[in-house]
Amino acid sequence: MTLGAAYFYVCALLALGGAVSVVVSKSPIRGAMGLLLLILSIAGLFLALHAQFLAAIQLIVYAGAIVILFLFVIMLLGPSASTPSDRRGIVGRTVGGGLFGLVGLGTLWAVVRGTSGHMPMKLPEPAFGGIDAFGSVLFGDWLVPFELSSALLMVAVVGAIAVARGRQGISSMSKAEIDAAKLGGEEGP
Amino acid sequence: MIPVESYIALSALLFVIGGIGFLVRRNVLVTLMSIEIMLNAANLALVAFNRSGFAHVDGQAFAGASHTGQLFAFFIIAAEAAEVAVGLAIVLSLYRLRRTVRSDEADLLRN
Repeated sequence: MTLGAAYFYVCALLALGGAVSVVVSKSPIRGAMGLLLLILSIAGLFLALHAQFLAAIQLIVYAGAIVILFLFVIMLLGPSASTPSDRRGIVGRTVGGGLFGLVGLGTLWAVVRGTSGHMPMKLPEPAFGGIDAFGSVLFGDWLVPFELSSALLMVAVVGAIAVARGRQGISSMSKAEIDAAKLGGEEGP
Repeated sequence: MIPVESYIALSALLFVIGGIGFLVRRNVLVTLMSIEIMLNAANLALVAFNRSGFAHVDGQAFAGASHTGQLFAFFIIAAEAAEVAVGLAIVLSLYRLRRTVRSDEADLLRN
């Protein structure tokens, strides 16, 4: 086994282990750690696939932002972040998951069986996937989608703040409204 | 050299694991993480095909090889960051309303 093959198999095993631990772990914090493991190994595979810039983006955005956001929310929720297992609807869930798994694995089997020989994987030019080549394409042909994605992120941030703030935005109410709300609460049952 | 089929097989396996987690688990946080797994699998497939196919058309390298698959993966990562921000805000909102993060407790619209 060559060094490249060993690298691939190590990364693939780590990714699969991380994914399985997300799905089976009882506590979401272990799940977040499994997700981190998956993300790190996918970044390693990106490096092997000549996508150096994407590997760096993967580390910064996923490991640096998304997993940390998950951890923040899990810690904010405290013990109630992990739900006790109950048996309600276990049959439907198992049948649904099993069907999905069977269909997915069947498709995988058909695809692997149908491939004749290996698709060529020649070495690309050295600059392929680096920040230089990637950036010149991104800011050339793909400039409009890039700007649109920045608008998407802006809208998402505003939406996340608006949704997560909920009804605690009392500061926008006048003092009389706050008093009325408090009185209404006291007169309730 | 690892053939592209190995990457695609790994991607399909990860996608299946994420889909099963999405369907079976009832914890909203775990559901969101399963969606992350599925999107990561899609990214891996895109980058692998980009590496194998699009860098070489008819056996010769582009001058300035196309990065289409990597660009798709880049935009998926951006969309996913937005999705996670909004999704976790909805989780917090659900927790504030029902004091739980189980997805089957979110039945406020049921009559």
